[in-house]
Amino acid sequence: MEFIQPQNIKETLLVLKKWGKKGMLVAGGTNVLPDLRAKSFSPEALIDISRLESLSFIKAEKGGIRIGALTPIAVIAASTILQKKAPILCEAARHLGNPLVRNRATLGGNLAKSSPAADTAVPLLALEAVVAVQGAGARKRRIPLDQFFLGPNRNALRAGEMIQEVSFPLPSPGSKMAYRKMGLRNAMAISVVSLGVLLDMRKGICRRIRIAFGAVAPKPIRIYQAENVLLGKEITPELLQACGTQAEKEISPITDIRAGAEYRRAMVSVLLQRVLSEALGMGT
Amino acid sequence: MRKPKIYPVRIKVNGEWRKTAVKAAETLLHTLREKLGQTEVKEGCGKGDCGACTVLLNGKAVNACLTLTLQAHGQEVTTLKGIGTRQTPHPLQESFVKHGAIQCGFCTAGMIMAAKALLDENPHPTREEIRQGISGNLCRCTGYQKIVVAIEAVSSQRTEKK
Repeated sequence: MEFIQPQNIKETLLVLKKWGKKGMLVAGGTNVLPDLRAKSFSPEALIDISRLESLSFIKAEKGGIRIGALTPIAVIAASTILQKKAPILCEAARHLGNPLVRNRATLGGNLAKSSPAADTAVPLLALEAVVAVQGAGARKRRIPLDQFFLGPNRNALRAGEMIQEVSFPLPSPGSKMAYRKMGLRNAMAISVVSLGVLLDMRKGICRRIRIAFGAVAPKPIRIYQAENVLLGKEITPELLQACGTQAEKEISPITDIRAGAEYRRAMVSVLLQRVLSEALGMGT
Repeated sequence: MRKPKIYPVRIKVNGEWRKTAVKAAETLLHTLREKLGQTEVKEGCGKGDCGACTVLLNGKAVNACLTLTLQAHGQEVTTLKGIGTRQTPHPLQESFVKHGAIQCGFCTAGMIMAAKALLDENPHPTREEIRQGISGNLCRCTGYQKIVVAIEAVSSQRTEKK
């Protein structure tokens, strides 16, 4: 096996192109090293991008927020700008793995692994994030996050492409957001269910709503029809219940070592009602 | 079969530059223990679940088992032996002994490094912040209570000195 440490993005893309599927990008290593140890794959080259500092940034611009693919999860968790503009992303970051993992794991790595339970994917889906990817000699592609994930550990990245940054439009100042991760313990938990919501209310009417779930389908998902239950309406406890019932129809949970499918299904409705109430300050 | 490639590497371990040579996928944990003799860095799970191998990489607490040795090339690594000795123990080491925060001792080296990283960043954490700070480090003996108390004691000692 070879170890390659490209010096910049351009060089990385050329190395990726040369090695194709035999090359494995390594950033924080928190996914790659356990996989190597378990022999889930055996690449012929490890391509270390952990020092490409130009891909580690959080920028708030006029149109939105841009986050570099190599930004550590700990930096996202502690970011004051994100805490102000997109607190659900900070909260999800604070619940990813543990402090040791968060110091190494990167945003790009969490998305590239494409676990159905990927912690950062849930708030980013609610924030309508777009992933910018690029391969050598090709144009940058901008993929909406809800088209990026294709299934368990599968995504829309083509051979030779890497994630460069994630961006999302600035939520309006009055946007209400909430996030919840339900795991079997507080640290080092892979979600049983996780969810993030974002709402814009005007004169008591729901004008915009985004609901995203993790760990209840083959990939992190937005649930559009449940959103439509609340859109354009005044939100009442009865309507929240209807929204929860609809949510149950849009998910396809499995039974695994963490929870049964039926339990997950029940929790989706309960947690959605709680998290929406929390975002709206309704109290349950 | 092709001969596996070997790469030279230079890491500053506890303030001293050390040189060795490793394969592409060798972990920092393996190199520290097997090549550099730093056996205070413990191997528990080997996949980032237990924190026994916690070291500081440029001041940040990380799992040595999830770090490639070659990623640490030219960087600074601090292990438990780098922060205190038997004659001059680190305040956290003293406090762990004093408060009975050690039983079998296997998690202690990693636990103290995680605690050090926490206090370096946040000198006066709340109990909840202490629990968060060591949440990547498993201890199967103590139930954590005495560890939390030991870390808290160091934090309040620092207040008194000021």
